[in-house]
Amino acid sequence: MPDSPLLIVENLVKHFPLNSSLLDLLLRREPDVVRAVDGVSFSLARGEVLAIVGESGCGKTTIARTLIGLEEETDGTILFGGQRIGTHERRLRAGLIPLEAGAVGTREQQTLPRMSLKHLRQHAQMIFQDPYESLNPRATIFEIVAEPLVVHGLLRKREERIARVKSALEDAGLRPAEDYFLRYPHELSGGQRQRVVIAGAMVLEPELLIADEPVSMLDVSIRAEILNLLKELQKKRGVGIVFITHDLGTVAYFADRLAVMYLGRIVESGPTAEVLRNPQHPYTKALLSVVPVPNPRLRRERIILQGETPNPLNLPGGCRFHPRCPVAVAACKQSDPAYIRVAEGHETACLLVQPA
Amino acid sequence: MNESWLLFKRSLSDFWRIFRRNRMGMTGAVLVLAAVMVAVIAPALSPYTPATVIRDEAGRGLTFAPPSVHGPLGTDDAGRDVWTQLVYGARISLTVGFMAGFIAMFVGSLLGILAGYFGGWLDNLLMRVTDVLLVIPDLPLMLVLVATLRQMELKVSPLTVLILVIGLLYWTSTARLVRSQVLSIKERQFVARARAIGAGHFHIIRKHILPQIMPLIVANTVLILSTAILIESGLAFLGLGDPTQPSWGTMLNFAFDRNAISNGAWWFYLPPGLAIVWVSLGCVLLGNVLEEMLNPRLMGHHLEGEARVVKTEAGRG
Amino acid sequence: MAESALLRVCNLNTEFIIPDKGPARALEDVSFEVHPGETLGLVGESGCGKTTALMSILRLLPSNARISGQVFFKDVDLFGLSEKQMRAYRWRELAIVFQGAMNALNPVMRVGEQIREAITLHGLMSSSEAEMRVGELLELVGIPKERGAQYPFQYSGGMRQRAMIAMALACSPSVLFADEPTTALDVMVQAQVLELLNDIQQRLGLAIVLVTHDLGVVAEMCDTVVVMYGGKVAEYGPVDVIFNDPQHPYTQKLLESFPDLNEPTDPSTDSRQVLASIPGAPPRLTEIPPGCRFEPRCHVRIEKCKTESPPLMDVGENHLAACHLLK
Repeated sequence: MPDSPLLIVENLVKHFPLNSSLLDLLLRREPDVVRAVDGVSFSLARGEVLAIVGESGCGKTTIARTLIGLEEETDGTILFGGQRIGTHERRLRAGLIPLEAGAVGTREQQTLPRMSLKHLRQHAQMIFQDPYESLNPRATIFEIVAEPLVVHGLLRKREERIARVKSALEDAGLRPAEDYFLRYPHELSGGQRQRVVIAGAMVLEPELLIADEPVSMLDVSIRAEILNLLKELQKKRGVGIVFITHDLGTVAYFADRLAVMYLGRIVESGPTAEVLRNPQHPYTKALLSVVPVPNPRLRRERIILQGETPNPLNLPGGCRFHPRCPVAVAACKQSDPAYIRVAEGHETACLLVQPA
Repeated sequence: MNESWLLFKRSLSDFWRIFRRNRMGMTGAVLVLAAVMVAVIAPALSPYTPATVIRDEAGRGLTFAPPSVHGPLGTDDAGRDVWTQLVYGARISLTVGFMAGFIAMFVGSLLGILAGYFGGWLDNLLMRVTDVLLVIPDLPLMLVLVATLRQMELKVSPLTVLILVIGLLYWTSTARLVRSQVLSIKERQFVARARAIGAGHFHIIRKHILPQIMPLIVANTVLILSTAILIESGLAFLGLGDPTQPSWGTMLNFAFDRNAISNGAWWFYLPPGLAIVWVSLGCVLLGNVLEEMLNPRLMGHHLEGEARVVKTEAGRG
Repeated sequence: MAESALLRVCNLNTEFIIPDKGPARALEDVSFEVHPGETLGLVGESGCGKTTALMSILRLLPSNARISGQVFFKDVDLFGLSEKQMRAYRWRELAIVFQGAMNALNPVMRVGEQIREAITLHGLMSSSEAEMRVGELLELVGIPKERGAQYPFQYSGGMRQRAMIAMALACSPSVLFADEPTTALDVMVQAQVLELLNDIQQRLGLAIVLVTHDLGVVAEMCDTVVVMYGGKVAEYGPVDVIFNDPQHPYTQKLLESFPDLNEPTDPSTDSRQVLASIPGAPPRLTEIPPGCRFEPRCHVRIEKCKTESPPLMDVGENHLAACHLLK
């Protein structure tokens, strides 16, 4: 990687323990865990867009929530701008790690000392999937966009605050900004609301944006506008974006690099164009083949995987894709494949792929 | 601030525009406001005080005089004006009802928010306490409590005791209601967004949770008021009111004790009874309408605003 | 178009009467035809009236709706039938898979029983015959017969959608209406369901009306496409023409705003194309512009568009579009 990456994630693990019964406790049974994220590593350069693609339940949203500190990781390292931000590490040092991870329900009390989480959140912001849900219906647009400034005690002068909110709204394409200050979310359309969310995320001028399906709830004609806006912000401001999506079409347009996830693992990653043109992993190939393409002349042979993604509660042994893999061989049941370099920056975890 | 005042005015006028057309709500509001007005201007409505004994020319107390003989509502067994007692009684009944209602609302909302938001042992404790309070029959409990506290000669007025007992026993339903609302609001995305921004608990509760449940609390308070007034009347009727400051319940108690019914003095027991019905009906009508109106889910028509279309993949990745 | 249409919708108008707001014109002069064995796609954004069109055809609208126009099913005018007669057509001839239908299964009833109920309600078969039929239907949609004894919570989202399709097929209808059948499903499951629909169509020869917002799904599935905007038909024609030679500016822009998987951006060249986008938002049905409904967002609008609503015009073989700029 040329110069230091903005974000490095190493072997990130997030397990959600299921509620264990009294009997389990008495018998000292290991609680069942949902392995939502199970050893994910990636990095993001400054100003780069990385797309994390996968079907629901693959763990992509959990990654987003863990990066921003809404969930506490079970294991692994997160480096942001060279600083460790993970909660695990800190709590380990402070002797705070409980013997078992059974206390997730009270994560509020367990999170980082507030200052450091706050520090992270000044520099990393999240955009949520549902613009109808992520704005407080009883707050005005001004209050919503100014909220991060209030929370972090920045720009305490009224005029400065107004000026910053105004420029954030205008950068997000809501012009003239003053017209929006005193309106409520329900007075805006879906696209406008998502612009407000983006303005609120950009008002602190963060270095990292985590966008969780930012356009999947919007109408097709509005989607393009929001994607263009995000792209413009990324180019002009040099924000790095982790883009979580299930839609490969959007990825093709938007991302520099692409990571395909299946059941809590990245199965293939690399430069977007390279992965899309030359997919190696059978899952990536299947996924690409079923994305509907808006051109009836391009109706192709689809590789339709039967069944659905297994429950991350009981992962299959060996390669976790083998039960649905159309080309699986006997060895796939035995060994969990390691990452293989296929081309510059292009890696995949499949036993059948030959290294470059 | 200027703009927030403007916004407040705007939402108030919006509210009024819809409320005005609601016949049930308007009826309730008129009933409640009329009772409050009567209580406020009580001295102007009667030339007597509740203790004044009306005497005939011979100087004897005018006992059990029907309305045709004296005043709008006649006199009681000691010759005191019933109308005067009724309008002054409004002061006592409403004060006890309102104070107790507000205490119940405040305690209930506070505990409900804390339990719902933080969860854990606090939530457990609170829920067990409400369970216990829900299964104990309230009237006997209150009788015992009020009577015991009276015995202890705590140098507080009997009315204060009444207010505190009612207020501190009736918060459970509010607490449960608020808690369940907070539980669902705290899972909503805008709260996650606030956390992602870096907001602390106090900020989230104040800016994101409270504004959502405030309407619910307001509507619930109005409903609790009617309960508190009814309970006060019941306790006073059983003789636990303050005889020196008679409320409507105390009036009923007097009427019952002094054989108003066997004397056929309907003007003695009917007016306080109707007054109680008047106010509690007003509160219930108003409370139900407020609840309905302030519930954002029940507002608006699906074709007025933008229809929201749920696009591909709603779940978490 | 051909005279052998199975379903003919002529000048369908639907309004909703909203208290204090006046009527909302949800549909205006919507006409199209469905032929046997054909898949017709009704595409558009939210609020364009595509679901309302389905509900109008099946007469399943709430009581504040006013419908006019004609819908002929095999030369029977459905709007001329009594409610009782209409009921005989619904499900037996015109079956529907509702939007979000997979959440419409009764959670405390076995799936097989729910399908049997759909059959026996119409009194077409004895219960032992119906039992057989349930098994057939489940197999038809790719669910093992035995799983009919299970409850909906034991099914995945895709299987529930299959069960709903089985239910719709219970009375061997001639037209299957599917309202956003794959929305909220993952791509892979979406592909499975679409394949199933294709397969059923080939086997049973029924006509499918597919309502969707997803142009990709339309391109994969449909023979004919109706593009709707603001309650009107913007463009109507064979799928190949609509996607490769669109005439209406809305269709053109809509297609351009779709990111293309086959042309990924290449960071090395940094020749990042900007996606075409349509400014503004679709009209609210209570505030419909007087002229062309797309005029406020149109990039090629002329003066006439503000005042006059363009009629549907022939722009090619079996190809209609409503735009003043077309001759």
